[in-house]
Amino acid sequence: MSQPLTQIEPLSQPVNIGEEIATFSPEVEAEIDRHLAKYPVMRSAILPLMFIVQRERGYLDPPGVAYLAKRLKLRYTDIWEVATFYSMINLKPVGRYHIQICKTLSCKIMGEEKITGHVCQRLGIKPGETTSDGRFTVSMVECLGSCGTAPMFQINFDYHENLTAAKVDTILDSLP
Amino acid sequence: MFIGAIGCEPLQLARVHLENSHTLEVYRSHGGYEALAQALSSMSPDDVTNEVKKSALRGRGGAGFPTGMKWSFVPKDSPKPKYVVCNADESEPGTFKDRYLMERDPHLLIEGMLIAAYALGAKRNFIYTRGEYKYLIDIMDVALAEAREAGLLGDRILNTSFSCEIYTHTGAGAYICGEETALLSSLEGLRGHPRMKPPFPAVSGLYACPTVVNNVETLTAVPDIIKIGGEAYQKLGTEKSGGTKLWSVSGHVNRPGVYELPMGYDDMEKFIMEDCQGMLGGKELKAVIPGGSSVYVMSADQIIGRDVRMDYEGLVAAGSMVGSGGFIVMDETVDIFESTKNLTEFYKHESCGWCTPCREGTDWLVKVFKRIETGGGVPGDAQLMLDLCDNIEGKSFCPLGDAAAWPIQSAIKRFPEDFRKRLENE
Repeated sequence: MSQPLTQIEPLSQPVNIGEEIATFSPEVEAEIDRHLAKYPVMRSAILPLMFIVQRERGYLDPPGVAYLAKRLKLRYTDIWEVATFYSMINLKPVGRYHIQICKTLSCKIMGEEKITGHVCQRLGIKPGETTSDGRFTVSMVECLGSCGTAPMFQINFDYHENLTAAKVDTILDSLP
Repeated sequence: MFIGAIGCEPLQLARVHLENSHTLEVYRSHGGYEALAQALSSMSPDDVTNEVKKSALRGRGGAGFPTGMKWSFVPKDSPKPKYVVCNADESEPGTFKDRYLMERDPHLLIEGMLIAAYALGAKRNFIYTRGEYKYLIDIMDVALAEAREAGLLGDRILNTSFSCEIYTHTGAGAYICGEETALLSSLEGLRGHPRMKPPFPAVSGLYACPTVVNNVETLTAVPDIIKIGGEAYQKLGTEKSGGTKLWSVSGHVNRPGVYELPMGYDDMEKFIMEDCQGMLGGKELKAVIPGGSSVYVMSADQIIGRDVRMDYEGLVAAGSMVGSGGFIVMDETVDIFESTKNLTEFYKHESCGWCTPCREGTDWLVKVFKRIETGGGVPGDAQLMLDLCDNIEGKSFCPLGDAAAWPIQSAIKRFPEDFRKRLENE
């Protein structure tokens, strides 16, 4: 059964880049310089720089894209084509705490669904959503290499392993 | 979680239990950087490659290609710079060994890379780590700074004429970047699309220069090969599968963990029932995926009483592969239809979209799985899925397509009951 065309989501939304270019503190600029110095070809630094822009601005926003294009001497489309490929590059804002629950096989058979259910019930959101106060985003992600300590999730860059509902509560209660 | 060696003295896991094992001080007080000193002072680059050849070390990332041979493909007379790139993009479902190697023994990786760089004449080298492992990049950066401070990295290493740099690099969430040519595309700042081979990276890799891409576990085996000699390392394992191998054990066993076993360990049933302390809750073994999600799933009756030898040849004979050594154990409660659907969703998500068979094929497979799951299955669907797999296997641009097809093909063949139930809507 073929689906009507209207159900197919467009691959990307047109983005208004605007004129604004992001600026960063001298410390951040120095950090960026250190990354650029590693590579014989500037473009290689694109992913480390995207993480820095994302850290500083919450996500890779259009002024951030414009900054990278200028800094790496690339076109805007060069930046977008890379940004849209990698799942860790956020093209829209995420919560202050990004809870990334591993859904792949080892976690799945060790109780991932219970953890997901508990997290979502507690926060009142579904996977892919952000709480209205902007504090939490829940995402389902593929294998994070924590299979022997499943089930697990990552909050921002921190691993939390051997999860139980009680442990999830302790972790979420401890977040500032 | 258990970390340690069974059936042999620990080699790669020899230091992981020491306090502050990640520091240069502890590493050096336990024989660290002696292999590098030995290679630089008394071996030519070719001697090093020859020792690695003799060791019968095979690439531990999944493909199992002989490491020494890979190194020998790098043209010696090329005027271009050469690169050693460490593949730390560990993303194969069920695999988590590299993570513990880097976390507990980062200097072992640095030493292995330096020896490889010496053998290949590489001056600037990269560790490509998956973005989610940011804490490991931080650990590696600290270890690299320690090594630089101690004259083990940079100009005139250990007061010899050998100069070399190693830098960390981050991925950003893409399984495909574990494939070596996709990794190189990503490291060049492009989308992680695989490239046509030939030319192989040894001839035209990073920035179109001769490049060797090796897995963390492969490179961390190198210092011991230099220390004890290639032949002695090979004899720890079997003739064609030298040395020891790390197995990442997860799923329904009482003691999951990272196990270092000699290649040719005898046998898989004993490994699960004794070394991993048997099945969780005393349930029955149903299936094992022995080498990461991309290999054929094995049924219990291919393992119990079958004397399955754990090495490259033994596992092929038993109907699967060593792969990355991501050993997922499943008990009787697991529905193999569901576990296979889970993995197919993984491959659909991770297909890079470059070639049609993989991009469209994995998408269609997930659609068929979902239709069957919601009660819309018909008896012809098993054949439909096999046909789809046949249109992906061997026809995709890189091995990701094969990896998506093999779990389904083996699951339908070895667990027909789990599919029949769904297709006949019982």
